[in-house]
Amino acid sequence: MSNILSLITFLPLLGAGIIGLFVQGSDAQSSENAKRVSLLTSIIVFLLSLVMFSGFDKNSSDFQFIEEFLWLGFFNYKLGVDGISVILILLTTGMMPIVFLSSWTTNKRVKEYLISFLILETLMIGVFVSLDIFLFYVFFEAGLIPMFLIIGIWGGKERVFASFKFFLYTLFGSILMLIAMIVMWDISGTTDMTKLLKYDFESEPFYMLGVYIPSGVQTLLWLGFFASFSVKLPMFPVHTWLPDAHVQAPTSGSVILAAILLKMGGYGFIRFSIPMFYEASLYFQSFIFTLSIIAIIYTSLVALVQTDMKKLIAYSSVAHMGFVTIGLFSFNQQGIDGAIFQMVSHGFISAALFLIVGVAYERTHTREILAFGGLVNRMPNYAMIFMVLTLANVGLPGTSGFIGEFLSLLGVFQVSPTYAIFGALGVVLSACYGLLLYKRVVLGELIKENLKRINDLTIREKFCLYPLVLLILVFGIYPKPLIETYGATIAGYVQKLN
Amino acid sequence: MSENLKFISPELFLVIFNLSFLVMMLFVKSHAILSNGNKIAAIGLLITGVLVQLTPVDPDPVLNGFYTSNDFTAFFKMLVLFLSSVLLYLSDAYLKKNNLLKYEFPVLINFSVFGMMVVISSNDLMVLYLGIEIQSLSLYIIAAYRRDNLKSTEAGLKYFILGALSSGLLLYGISLVYGATGSTQFDTIYTSIMYTERMLGLQIGMVFLLSAIAFKFAAFPFHMWTPDVYDGSPTPVTAFMAIVPKLAVGAVLAKVLFDIFGGISDKWQLVLVFLSGGSMIVGAFGAIAQNNIKRLIGYSSIGHVGFALMGLAAVSPEGLSGFIIYLFLYSIMMLGIFAFVLNMEKDGVLVTDIYSLARYSEHNPATSFAFSLILFSLAGIPPLAGFICKLYVMMAIINSGVLYLALIGAIVSVIGAFYYLRIVYIVYFSEAEGSLNAKIPVGHLFILFVSSSAIVIGTYNLLGVEPLTRAAAQSLLS
Repeated sequence: MSNILSLITFLPLLGAGIIGLFVQGSDAQSSENAKRVSLLTSIIVFLLSLVMFSGFDKNSSDFQFIEEFLWLGFFNYKLGVDGISVILILLTTGMMPIVFLSSWTTNKRVKEYLISFLILETLMIGVFVSLDIFLFYVFFEAGLIPMFLIIGIWGGKERVFASFKFFLYTLFGSILMLIAMIVMWDISGTTDMTKLLKYDFESEPFYMLGVYIPSGVQTLLWLGFFASFSVKLPMFPVHTWLPDAHVQAPTSGSVILAAILLKMGGYGFIRFSIPMFYEASLYFQSFIFTLSIIAIIYTSLVALVQTDMKKLIAYSSVAHMGFVTIGLFSFNQQGIDGAIFQMVSHGFISAALFLIVGVAYERTHTREILAFGGLVNRMPNYAMIFMVLTLANVGLPGTSGFIGEFLSLLGVFQVSPTYAIFGALGVVLSACYGLLLYKRVVLGELIKENLKRINDLTIREKFCLYPLVLLILVFGIYPKPLIETYGATIAGYVQKLN
Repeated sequence: MSENLKFISPELFLVIFNLSFLVMMLFVKSHAILSNGNKIAAIGLLITGVLVQLTPVDPDPVLNGFYTSNDFTAFFKMLVLFLSSVLLYLSDAYLKKNNLLKYEFPVLINFSVFGMMVVISSNDLMVLYLGIEIQSLSLYIIAAYRRDNLKSTEAGLKYFILGALSSGLLLYGISLVYGATGSTQFDTIYTSIMYTERMLGLQIGMVFLLSAIAFKFAAFPFHMWTPDVYDGSPTPVTAFMAIVPKLAVGAVLAKVLFDIFGGISDKWQLVLVFLSGGSMIVGAFGAIAQNNIKRLIGYSSIGHVGFALMGLAAVSPEGLSGFIIYLFLYSIMMLGIFAFVLNMEKDGVLVTDIYSLARYSEHNPATSFAFSLILFSLAGIPPLAGFICKLYVMMAIINSGVLYLALIGAIVSVIGAFYYLRIVYIVYFSEAEGSLNAKIPVGHLFILFVSSSAIVIGTYNLLGVEPLTRAAAQSLLS
């Protein structure tokens, strides 16, 4: 029990090892076995994380389940969770069985595919549990390798371009973060996050090479972290890798990308930028607001004209991530609560939307919006699920999408009503592209020849989609259990900030 | 005098071994012995390694101040001997296939290694010069080892002419330093630097010295020969040149900087920053357009030299130990790379075009995985060892306040990642079908896998080398 975090983190790696070493051959039977092993591993990890969650004290704002031992001396292996990370860990571990289930029909180099995903799971969990900045960096950055291969090997036509763009964009951002981390270590003499959270970084303005640096060292460090997290989240104007990566990635890759990898950016902001460099964050508040508002409105408009379903959802993801950043940078309880709620809820919604697109793609091998129409006639279940998801994406009350956006906007409104009003425009715009997409794909007469024999959701697909839809509705109506989990942590944060 | 001989017993053994090996091979007719020359020479190197372990350690210079024998020299000598013997083994198969297996090859390699050992241990500028010359002369010859090949002879000639120029620079620098301080011994110069009135002459001499060593180290702006020579030389020679001399020259560079000019580090720090930053940039941009794996390795080695030099530019014990760790891990990674590259063959003919690797992973998943892992490590992607050593030097340089060099390193490593990823892309998901069809010998596969698992295990404890490098750095600084 005392090592439960390490267990959760590294169990997927064990599964990958089992597949790599013990599942021999390349026939159908062995790939079936490999799929079973990976599904089983991910379910065990999920159950373990639930066990961990049951022992988690929601009323404490401290780090829990701390594990520590010496690594290379100047930086150590230290794990722990608080309310924010525990939610994201559950999101990760819960999403993985769905990912494996959804990729059951893959038949190209199955073993390598599953191994990549299992390694990726370890690295993603590692990002959320590490309490040492360098350890965080290791997990954060190493995730690029499996994702690069997933997009590059199992992706679509333009996969090479997309995988390189994804890799180099993210690497460029994170390497600046690494520099900032080394400088932090140099200043404070520690790499332990719990100590760094308490450390007071200098915020006296100074001149560097004749340039005025407001808030001093904090600003420079903040910018280093911003480079990484804004690419990862992604924020306007460095979001352009995301549509490419999403369109080219296989369905399950898109699900992981949207549901979890993007959340690392938001997690980074709340874990590093805001609490450690509060003065600098304050200074950049309106800058972040402006970028987020641009992202919300601009990418919503871009989504409106997309002809590819995946691209449309990718742009809508960027817009929804805009709500996360404005919520986080409002620095009050509602805003941050809303931002984290939005991260989780977007994890459910976008993942389910990519699965929905995947379902259509698997049957017709196209993602062109205009190639569809009238699916409701042949696929009633599909149409219903798609409806719920579209409305959740729009942010209709009663779905989890509403709670997140509402709370974020509430938080921003207290700081600056103008930004809140512009942000609210995004909700309207998301209704435009969301309903338009739904209408074009699902409603109307079924006139296309190749769609006339299309089949409704299979049992496997229902197993993937129904849990997500259920969660979206449950948390939309009764968000308390989710907010309660991280509420105390956020309250502690806000108290420290003010 | 005989008391002092124990300090140079490894070198004595190696030179006697080499000469008797040479004479023996001249008269031996037995095919069994002739075709195993590489292995015999490798065993000779390993025995020398054992002798190095037995050599006593003395914090003070020995042999009337000409020579040193301490943790620093022992560490580098062991590394050089071990890697050279592995490389001799690796090159065996290639030489056999290309009808190049003559006993001159191992003899020349061993003489070069002897030169490196002298360089590493030298405590006098004249000894240093002699060592560098022995090392380089052997390398000039084996660069042109394929006498019937135009590119190989060109490489040898190019290397020789530029190398002779750098030797000239070295001698001129030595004479200027001698003129300014009145001595050629490291420790005497170190103390007299404080009182010298001929500071200008000394500084010019120092720059000449550093330039000559930077030439051997293939650092910017003395890197021009590297891609051509790496490309032209037979691949085993390229492997040797890319790995072993880097260690020896790196050791002597650290020695010159800290043992001779340690008192005026403010004067050379900027030189090092320049060498380091320039090398990183040239290495990264130069490699982008290369399709020839040997040229690509050449440029990538320039970039890595730049990263390693970042540790020296930090002028601190941490930086020095980071420098040593970097060189160590770099050589381990390169060993794995060359264990693979030496076997890039199509129908028995060596190919160097990286596109011949296309889709290599489909038929050789395990080999491709190990090879790609090393490439990711060279690109500095965590958690692999290549990242840890970059982290070490970056931490050291930031600690000494030269933030912009770390920033250059950061940006450059993104560009570097591109060309390493390009190889991974070709191996894993290129459109075309590759043409490699050689079967890699088990021994080579073993070295490839050891190298790639070393960079994974290395993330845990750096293969236990960190305390060794600290001791080495300490003995150099004290």
